Amino acid sequence: MDGQQRIPILKVGRVLIVPIQVDMDDQTVIHLQERILTELERTGARGVLIDISLLEMVDSFIGRVLSDVAAMARIMDARTVVVGMQPAVAITLVELGLELRGVDTVLNVDEGIRLLRSEFGIDEDEEGAGPHGGAFAEQVNRP
Amino acid sequence: MQSRSIALEGEHDIAVARGEVRAVAASLGFRLIDQTRLATVASELARNVVKYASRGRMIAQPLAAAGGRAGLRLIFEDSGPGIPDIAAAMRDGFSTGRGLGKGLPGSKRLVDEFEIESEVGRGTRVTVVRWL
Repeated sequence: MDGQQRIPILKVGRVLIVPIQVDMDDQTVIHLQERILTELERTGARGVLIDISLLEMVDSFIGRVLSDVAAMARIMDARTVVVGMQPAVAITLVELGLELRGVDTVLNVDEGIRLLRSEFGIDEDEEGAGPHGGAFAEQVNRP
Repeated sequence: MQSRSIALEGEHDIAVARGEVRAVAASLGFRLIDQTRLATVASELARNVVKYASRGRMIAQPLAAAGGRAGLRLIFEDSGPGIPDIAAAMRDGFSTGRGLGKGLPGSKRLVDEFEIESEVGRGTRVTVVRWL
């Protein structure tokens, strides 16, 4: 879409990694939600790791979309973790009264991968990891 | 520092408004957590303007109180449908749209002063202040 900010979606093994590095407008947020679900279906990924460490604000709209993504991914047999929330963002979220229902949050990408692997049993090297196994990230969202 | 007015006429302007508020708050010396609070409030209240009234504006007013205390006042105003029941709109979880009902009550918790004036058929003005 014209003027749309592109957020990359990377596939590492059976995990989709979504690094959000810019302040997104509402259109971009909605579009990203759709793309994550499309890529889950297309690639058979079992985990979604959303990195928000560079996101300076999470309002009720973005919070709701994060919850929705987790719920929808769950129905598609995939688990979602949100990693790297800044302390100021976490404080503001709680004061705002948002719970991020159904979303697991961890401190960093390492912890996120560990959670997806150990807690949810998603192995990066499982079948479906593609010709490169888990060693290479594949950008899956080319237009 | 002078007041700034930002037109709120579409979804993209919500992001513009919160970016502007963060920049002004930073230049006034607000610490990171307060910049985040103010940017989040701006995002919530600017979205209400765009969602319910289609258009309106935000005014960001730097304040200097007696004793040299600095602050930032944000005004969100529109000529939209207005809010029939302000008390209900201020309750957590109440929404006439598809939102979470956190916008108004949540925003109030993020600022020091919060005032809402609304007249059905005339419009709505929400004024918030955060002191440094």
